Amino acid sequence: MNETDELQTTSPTAADGTTVTQHKRPWLHSRRFRRQIMPWLFIAPITLLHLVVVVGPSVVGMYYSLTEWSGIGKAEFVGLDNFRELFFEDRNFLLALRHNLMWLAFFLTVPFVMALAVATLLAQVRVGSMTIRTAFFIPYVLPSVVVASIWRMLLDPRLGFGAALEDWGIKGLAYPYLGDKNTALAAIAFVDNWHWWGFLMILFLTAMQSIPSDLYDAAKIDGANRWQEFLHVTLPGIRPTVFFMLMMTAIWSFLVFDYVWILTHGGPAGSSEMLATYLYKQAFQRFEAGYGAAIGITMSAIAGIMATIFVFFRRRGWDV
Amino acid sequence: MFKRKGKSNLILNYVILLLLVCLALGPILVLFFNSLKSFNDLGTNPIGLPRVVQIENYVNAWVQGEFATTLTNSLIYVVFTVAGVLVLGGMAAYSLARLDPPGDNLYLVYMLTLSTIPFWLYVIPLFIMWRSLGLLDTRAGLIIMYIAFNSPFAIFLLRSFLMSLSRDFEDAARVDGANEWQVMTRVVIPIMWPAFLTVGLVVGLGVWSEFQAALIFLQRDELMPVTTSYYNFTQRFGRDWSLTSAGAVMMIAPVLMLFLALQRQFVTGLTQGGIKL
Repeated sequence: MNETDELQTTSPTAADGTTVTQHKRPWLHSRRFRRQIMPWLFIAPITLLHLVVVVGPSVVGMYYSLTEWSGIGKAEFVGLDNFRELFFEDRNFLLALRHNLMWLAFFLTVPFVMALAVATLLAQVRVGSMTIRTAFFIPYVLPSVVVASIWRMLLDPRLGFGAALEDWGIKGLAYPYLGDKNTALAAIAFVDNWHWWGFLMILFLTAMQSIPSDLYDAAKIDGANRWQEFLHVTLPGIRPTVFFMLMMTAIWSFLVFDYVWILTHGGPAGSSEMLATYLYKQAFQRFEAGYGAAIGITMSAIAGIMATIFVFFRRRGWDV
Repeated sequence: MFKRKGKSNLILNYVILLLLVCLALGPILVLFFNSLKSFNDLGTNPIGLPRVVQIENYVNAWVQGEFATTLTNSLIYVVFTVAGVLVLGGMAAYSLARLDPPGDNLYLVYMLTLSTIPFWLYVIPLFIMWRSLGLLDTRAGLIIMYIAFNSPFAIFLLRSFLMSLSRDFEDAARVDGANEWQVMTRVVIPIMWPAFLTVGLVVGLGVWSEFQAALIFLQRDELMPVTTSYYNFTQRFGRDWSLTSAGAVMMIAPVLMLFLALQRQFVTGLTQGGIKL
């Protein structure tokens, strides 16, 4: 009897101890909560924010693109009418698309050639290498409005670098690059590239420095010259970086806005109109929300197709 | 690769590199020179050194460009965005790296694909939603957007930093009876600061330079960050280059000083951002 009494007095207190804590927040101490639910509570806030700001509106935008709507009042469902108008009637849109393709061609070549060449030159240099690197990186940290402001001065026909060179006897470079419809797009691309290529160069240089140096020694033993060395050791070594940046360039080329808007607003006479500036004008100046959404989807789809093409080539044995 | 090139070869390297350094830095020097010139000096001498240094340009630009207001606004956007990204992104990164939530790989794929959604795909519906929520043309509205834009980058960078750290300290704290919250705040956050600094610099630089979202989502002058306000300023004083240059120098001076002081963190952060996104 005594024994059972003792048992009965000890076990309830033990049980009591657990039930007290379980009474407070039983779910907080369950294994399932700690292992499966709490981790997601940490992730939830930022994910909700991202869903509300980015994902939700993206989905809604797809519906908008099927409507005729000013952004206020009731939207009228028009099916694929906006897209038909874009591709078959709207010459401004097709012109903008063409400019984006030219932009793509420029940015897939010029900055990459510059960055690869200069990274190769800089990789061989020891003295002053860090300072040179810093200098090349600085344009990348400047805001687009400032870069545009600098080059608006330098590209000025009367007071820019062309005029200055003329004073020194070099004629013919004083030209309204941003004001002429034949050169505006190229001038904007030049300015954007001034800000961009140094960053690309640093990316390639960083990748080059992780190539093991015995690969270069082996190439040297095999009698490779500098060009062969570049082609067979350096380039394969940095190929993943080059490939990734080519893909990102292909995507970004269809989304460019800042430099075009700040420097020319897409002008003169639409000669530097881009998909993004055209969307901005349609949606936020002419209040064609449905039409603007259709442009947004088209741009995103093209950028997505570009990315897919790259991924496809990668799978098809480009071996990157 | 580094040693065996002869010195004569390297001279050509240096010549080309220095020419390109001039291309990179020359225009910034011109901006600085022009910010010190008088209106007349600029009209005859737009590229060279200023003949007379006219420091009043900075005072005039400060007043007429309302830099006191706009630099403060930009600072507010930077501070709140960075704080939001670090707190919310850090929590998510901690969970993904340490708490092994079921389905975390799927979540990473989700973040990776959705972080490539272009701004122009969702800007119109977002604008309309922000208008109906009363967030259009408010500081909070812009900050919420900036946090969302920057969150994937922050989550990936912080997560990979955490994965590279050993779990020993945390396990030791757990053995001593710390709960998960205490482990995070007392053990993990103190050793995470290099990654916080990198993310803070990259996100801060991005917000400081951001133009398109501020252009679309803000209309009131008194809320504008320095970028869109400076853009309006150059539209208004388009030909007064000494004034606009002085304004530009004031906008980039803090960025350049911070960049030169914390170069390594900037470069690692930006290059990782370029690779990751």
